[in-house]
Amino acid sequence: MNAVVAAGPVIPNFGQGSKCEQTNGWWCTDWLHAHWGDTLQPALFQHIELSLIAVSIGFALAFLLALVGVRYRLLDAPIGIFADFLYTIPSLALFQLLVPLTGLTVTTVEIALVSYTLLILYRNMVEGLRAVPADALEAARGMGLTRRQTFMRVELPLAAPAIIAGLRIATVSTISIATIVAFVIPKGLGRPIFTALGQDVFKTEILAAGALAVGLALFADGLLVLGQRVVTPWSRAG
Amino acid sequence: MIVADQFRPGTFVDAFRFIGDHGSLLLSKTGEHLELSFAALGIGLVLALPLGLWLGHRHRGFFFAASVSNVGRALPSLVLIGFGLTIFGVGFWNNTAALVVLAIPPILTNAYFAIDGIDRDVVEAARGMGLSERQVLWQVELPLGLPLVIAGIRIATIFVIATATIAAVAGGGGLGEIIVNQASYGLAGVVGASFCVSALTLLAALGLGLLRRALSPSPVPEA
Repeated sequence: MNAVVAAGPVIPNFGQGSKCEQTNGWWCTDWLHAHWGDTLQPALFQHIELSLIAVSIGFALAFLLALVGVRYRLLDAPIGIFADFLYTIPSLALFQLLVPLTGLTVTTVEIALVSYTLLILYRNMVEGLRAVPADALEAARGMGLTRRQTFMRVELPLAAPAIIAGLRIATVSTISIATIVAFVIPKGLGRPIFTALGQDVFKTEILAAGALAVGLALFADGLLVLGQRVVTPWSRAG
Repeated sequence: MIVADQFRPGTFVDAFRFIGDHGSLLLSKTGEHLELSFAALGIGLVLALPLGLWLGHRHRGFFFAASVSNVGRALPSLVLIGFGLTIFGVGFWNNTAALVVLAIPPILTNAYFAIDGIDRDVVEAARGMGLSERQVLWQVELPLGLPLVIAGIRIATIFVIATATIAAVAGGGGLGEIIVNQASYGLAGVVGASFCVSALTLLAALGLGLLRRALSPSPVPEA
């Protein structure tokens, strides 16, 4: 436990507070009521912000890389291996490696979070774009579509299900990994968890923050499923 | 816990020097790391593999298999480790339990979809030849589905070895203990230990990838 240092202002003090807090109960509703506003809600909003930034940048970056990887096949393998390698670096270590370069800042954690989204997004985009049937491309050319039009109107829509499938996985795992951000900066849902770990393992706080993180991930996943139905009305597969 | 140590280009050189100088320390931490990872993977395999194979064989539980993988991915390992602490207290089992929960989804889901997705005609043909259900599973479905099953185990292994690092936050030992303790080991130690974790992960991924390739049924050459 020596590695955990309490950072938060909300320190459940087992000496005072309600009976539930004193006995370190599993679900102290009075504590939740008292600290939703100053602990859990800000952490949740920070978590959403951190994840949203990471997934957006990761998506844009992976998209550019995928365009390169599809156009120039020779580069596909090196990009894939690089993304694979980034994925195997332990997140705790990556954060610390970046701290000397970018400090204890949001930039540091975003670089790490973005690099974890690249593998899954890149792979799915490349596979989705490659799986576009040659017939469809041929037909598009026959209809006189330019290269740009073919991409926007034929390739991209046909690859959309694979791209969104990758986006779902990347989003859910980013929300999950973002809890570790609290190791570097006091933000996100990991913060109450680290605080609770430092305070004789306060159960209610860990459970509440954990439930919020899982709930947020599943909610985001559900939104993306809905999004896919809107974007690709022709495929009814969930 | 995090010290903004002065970064120098020589840090990476120092990291390798650290690996050279602290061979026995790293070896024992790697041992702990692998012990924790293998315990979690072993328990995860025993729990998830038979269930996934059986459900796939019966073509049942699509929703279950799909949800397990979704929820599993959404569960932050930090939450699992924190939650494990509340039940098991500080120690080996807390971290093992958390890693087991992490290992189960990819193993179970891949096993299910590997068996479920096998050409039904092939399975019917095997039944028609008089194979029992058990024989169908062992002699037809498992060999055909093996590459995908191993792919799932590979993902679980990468997850578990990389995440076992976080176990150090809850007194779990392993290479993470060096990574979270920059104050004692310096940035060179942190980087060195990270190299070791990355190397372990890559080795495991490579090994299981080769195994997958070796066990894939070779396509029948066309006449």
